[in-house]
Order: sequence, then structure tokens, then C-alpha cells
Amino acid sequence: MIWAMFAEAWHAMGANRLRTFLTMLGMVIGVGAVILMLSIGQGTQQRIQDSINSMGANLFIILSGSNVAGGVRGGSGNVPTLTLQDAQALAELPAIAAVAPVSPGQAQMVYGPNNWNTTVMGTTADFLKVRDWPLKEGDTFSELDLRSATRVAIIGKTVAENLFGDENPVGKTMRIRNSPFLVIGVLASKGQSLDGRDQDDTVLVPVTTAQRKLFGTRFAGTVRYIMVEAKSAELMARAENQMNDLLRQRHRINRPEDDDFTVRNLTALADTAADTARTMSLMLGAIASVSLVVGGIGIMNIMLVSVTERTREIGIRMAIGARRRDVLGQFLLEAVLISLIGCLIGVLFGVGGGLLASHLAGLSVIISAGPIILAFAVAAAIGIFFGFYPARMAANLKPIEALRYQ
Amino acid sequence: MSATDVIRITHLGKDYDTDAGPVTVLRGISFSIHEGEFVAIMGPSGSGKSTLMNILGCLDTPTSGEYVLNGHSVSELDHDQLANLRNRVIGFVFQGFNLLQRATLTENVALPLVYRGVARHERNAKAESLLGKVGLASHVRSYPNKISGGQQQRVAIARSLVGDPRLILADEPTGNLDTHTSQEIMDFFTRLNREDGITVVVVTHEHDIAAYAQRLIRLVDGKIAYDGPAAAGLHEHAEVSS
Ligand SMILES: Nc1ncnc2c1ncn2[C@@H]1O[C@H](COP(=O)(O)OP(=O)(O)O)[C@@H](O)[C@H]1O
Ligand SMILES: [Mg+2]
Repeated sequence: MIWAMFAEAWHAMGANRLRTFLTMLGMVIGVGAVILMLSIGQGTQQRIQDSINSMGANLFIILSGSNVAGGVRGGSGNVPTLTLQDAQALAELPAIAAVAPVSPGQAQMVYGPNNWNTTVMGTTADFLKVRDWPLKEGDTFSELDLRSATRVAIIGKTVAENLFGDENPVGKTMRIRNSPFLVIGVLASKGQSLDGRDQDDTVLVPVTTAQRKLFGTRFAGTVRYIMVEAKSAELMARAENQMNDLLRQRHRINRPEDDDFTVRNLTALADTAADTARTMSLMLGAIASVSLVVGGIGIMNIMLVSVTERTREIGIRMAIGARRRDVLGQFLLEAVLISLIGCLIGVLFGVGGGLLASHLAGLSVIISAGPIILAFAVAAAIGIFFGFYPARMAANLKPIEALRYQ
Repeated sequence: MSATDVIRITHLGKDYDTDAGPVTVLRGISFSIHEGEFVAIMGPSGSGKSTLMNILGCLDTPTSGEYVLNGHSVSELDHDQLANLRNRVIGFVFQGFNLLQRATLTENVALPLVYRGVARHERNAKAESLLGKVGLASHVRSYPNKISGGQQQRVAIARSLVGDPRLILADEPTGNLDTHTSQEIMDFFTRLNREDGITVVVVTHEHDIAAYAQRLIRLVDGKIAYDGPAAAGLHEHAEVSS
């Protein structure tokens, strides 16, 4: 009986192939769009989550300057007001786990015939702790390196690849701004940052070396910014207060409006970014679902036409003993089959489109079973929902009236 | 009435609602048909023969009166029970054949069994054996539009028989067929009636077709004008009209 019904439905669908195909197309596009959007959305969320994880946990950044809009001090970081001593003092605070002052600058570097231009960051050994950034090879800076401003460097993977190729950089000497630097370590790969930059394209040197030997500054002893890791997520708020209090005290500031520094909670910013991405991907999915509903309406439309066209056939079937539920089942099955087959093709297109998007456009795409299973469930539901009305119309026909229909 | 009445109708009336108001087509018809009878229904065009047959076939419902089929009052049955009667008790043969054009002859004949949940190979075996019985063994895989009208009507008859009904209702089964083919069809009905004891009711307006029956019911203007032995009825009519 079930197989007979499938065969009937298959027959009926084959009887008007173009129409069946066009009806399916609505589902194909709807499901394809939903799968594609959800895959891209999930991929984007994953990428953002990876970036956030690679950033380091419970992270603050302290910038020079006030963030009070329109203030006389201008934008954050215009005039360097943070010093190495500020960083050392911050490290003593009870809620704080690690502190890394940073003095960055662009520099040209050379090794043998290769040269490369990238950001060199003057910092301390704690930078690796703050950023949860392990070394792949070699060692970090020693106290001595920091105190005596030694010319040593830790390089990121991208720099290692571009300057040293297959060679092991550790122990080799490269030139940064024409000064020789001994490579003492290579960083593990971190991938992209939240704003899409290659985090592995970087070089770390002792902050003192950067200040005295690479990027001389009018404001001796200052740093561009300080990265701070709190001891735990629960201590974030307390850490922020302690830092504000300490820096105001050190900079002799009485009122918060006069702050010459800005403390930013990077972890909170990152969480906001992740939330935004989640919302975006839900919205994309929701917009794509609209086309699914449109596809469902297409099915209903065609099923209504089909019932009208096949009224006589329905009459014949009833005359030889088809019950209402047989007729209902037949048309419902047809609607669900159209919907499910359309869904299957749509899933193939969605997955194919996702793979294409990740290969050609470099988008992050995650294809998981969840949305695909969901798509099939929704397609079946759409087939039943939009097929029910036409099917019931067919089932409720009176045998003699259906037979008389021309 | 006797216990072996297959059909019993009493004061059966049927009105059609038309744009010009209700039209009365059947005006209080009563008769019984016993098991194993071969009845011809005659009457001028528009006298209500098809209307009556559709009601007897449980395809339509009367406006008034009672119809008892196999001891069940049809007006008290629900949709499923009516479908069941159409499927198991009645074999209906239409003037216009009413075959499914998209289905093979075997599928057409087997269709009533689909609605009984009979397995495919069993259905097809039975359908093919019936197609053999009506002389279409070599056409089982072909489609209705590939065969002649006489052959199509034989397919329709095979379909009406596939469910082993006790009652065949045929509304002008030979109306679209030539004389020779008509005789073959009527011979077939006669055999079914004599050999298998199946009750046969045939609507026709041809005397030589009606002559196959034992009993004749003549409808005129929605009323019974004659109900009796076919031979006498046909003779009487021939005298009246001459
Ligand atoms: N569905 C209908 N609606 C209105 N009038 C109908 C309908 N079917 C039949 N009639 C009318 O009922 C009368 C009897 O029709 P019918 O039973 O087909 O007669 P017969 O089969 O004896 O020629 C005719 O006048 C016909 O026009
Ligand atoms: Mg008629």
C-alpha cells in the first residue's frame, strides 16, 4: 500500500516534469539559501570565537589619552602618557595576573637575500602570558635582556617563513633596521585576529631595546599601550577599578574626567562581537527562511492546480473504492515528496555553495549536520502544511461530482 | 421482500439543484432486485436512468426514499463504509470507460485492490488473469489510449470484477461500441450472471441488448412504466411503438 502510494506519487510527478521541477525549485532555493547562510554564519561565529580565544582571556588594554569625546586631549594614544614604571606598578595589583607594556613600530628586516616589512613590538616576557601565546621553539626574553636592552627577537610564523624559509631561525642573526638581532624564539601560530589581521606576522623584541635602539621617541620611557590580564573573569571589574585608581594616583589625577589614559575591557568587546555575529547569522537564517515559506506557497499553488486538473481521476478512484483518507494521503504524499526532494537538491546546492564560498571567497564556512537535519524536518513540515489544504479539497470531493467534472 | 434481495429501493426520489431551481428527476421509485438476477433498465434519454444507477452505485445520494443494499440502509453509512461498498460489493461499468490514462491496463484493473492493501504481485497476478479472461492477455503492459473502445470497455469490466463483487452495475456499457463488440460484452455479462451467479443491472436503450436480461425495468419521466419479464416487456413496447 505504501509502495503503491509512492509509485502513484512518483508517476504523478513525472507526468508533468517541468512543473514539478519548477515547484521544487522554490524549495531548492529556499533550502539552499538557509543552508548556505547558516553555514556561513556558523563559520563566521567560529572564526570570531577562535580569534577571541587566541586573544587571551580576561584581557584589558590601557591606552594613552582620554576617551572623553571632544576633550582637549584628543583621541586615545595621541600623547604617550603611560610608562614602563606604570606597567611595573600595575603588575603589583592583587587582581592582576600579568602585565605587558607594548611599544610597536614598523621596521624593515633582512635575512640573507630575503627581506620583510612588518610590525615590531617592544614588550616583556609577560606578553606571551597575557596573550596565551606559547613558543613553538626557543626561549623568551630574560630579565637581563630587558635590563640591558639586548638585540634579541622572537618572531612569528609568517615572518619565519618569509625570512628563513625552511631553515630553523633560532640562533640565526637577522637585521632589523640594519642592526643585527639574534632570533631566540619562534611563536606558535595564532591565525587571524578579530579584525582579520595575520597575528603571526609580527616580531617581538625587549621593550627597552625597542625604545632605545629601534624607535627613538621624544617621550623617553613611554609605551604606546599596556596589555593586562586579570586573575579571573570574576575579578575583571575589581581589576579595572584597581587599575584606574592606581594610574590616577600615579598620574596625580583627581577627577575621572581628567584621565590621561583609557582602560578598555577587550574581553567584553570581544563578547559583544561574538553576540553581534550570532545575531547576524540568525538574521541571515531568518531571511533565508522566508524563501522557504515562498517555496511552500509554490507547492500549495501547484497542488491546487493539480487537484483541479485531476478531479476526474479522483472521481474514478473514489468510484472504485478509494476512501477520503486514501485521496488525502495521495496528494499529501505528493506535496511532501516534492518538498523533500527539493530539500535534498537544496542541501546539495547549499553545501556546494558553501564549499565554493570558502574556496573562492575565502569565507569561513562550517557545514554541520544540524542545519541539514533541520532543513529536512522543515521541508517535510512545509510539504504537509501547504499540501494539506489542496489534499483535503481533493478528499472532500463528492464521487459523482468529481466524475462529472470535464 | 426476500432475504436474498441485493437491492431494495422504496419511494426513491432525486432532485437536482439547478440555476433555474430544483428539478425532479426521480419521482418515487420502488423495486427490489434479488441475488442472481439479470436486469435491464430502459427508458428514453433524460428519463433518469443514469441518476438511478449513480444512486445504486453509491456514487450519489437520493433526495428522498430509502435504499437498502445487501441489507444495509445506505443513507446511514459513513464515507468510509460507502467507499468500502464501492470497493467490495459493487462493480461499476461506465459508458465512458473511465480508465486512468496514465496507468497501464494491469494497473488500471488492479487499482481497486490497491485500496484494499493487497500486495503488488498478488494484485498484478489477479489483474492479468482477468485481462486474459476478457481477451486482452497480450495488452497487459499497454495504455488505455493505445487500444480500441471495445477493448477499453473490456478493461473497465475486468476492473469492475477484480474485487469479486456480487453486483455489477453497468450504465450503457455498450453505448459507445459497435454491434458486434456490444454482443461480445453482453455475452460476457451473461456468462458472469449464469456461471458465477453475479447480479447484473444494465442500462441500455437498445432492444437486442436488453434482450439478454431476464427482467426489464422501463423508466419514463422518472417513474417506473414497466417492471417485469424482459421478453414480454420488449414485445409490449415494440407493439406500442409500432
Ligand atoms: N448534475 C445534474 N444537475 C442537473 N440536472 C441533471 C444533472 N444530471 C442529470 N440531470 C438531468 O436529469 C435528467 C435525467 O438525467 P439522466 O439521469 O442522465 O438521464 P438518462 O441517463 O436516462 O439519460 C436530465 O434531464 C438531465 O438533464
Ligand atoms: Mg445516462
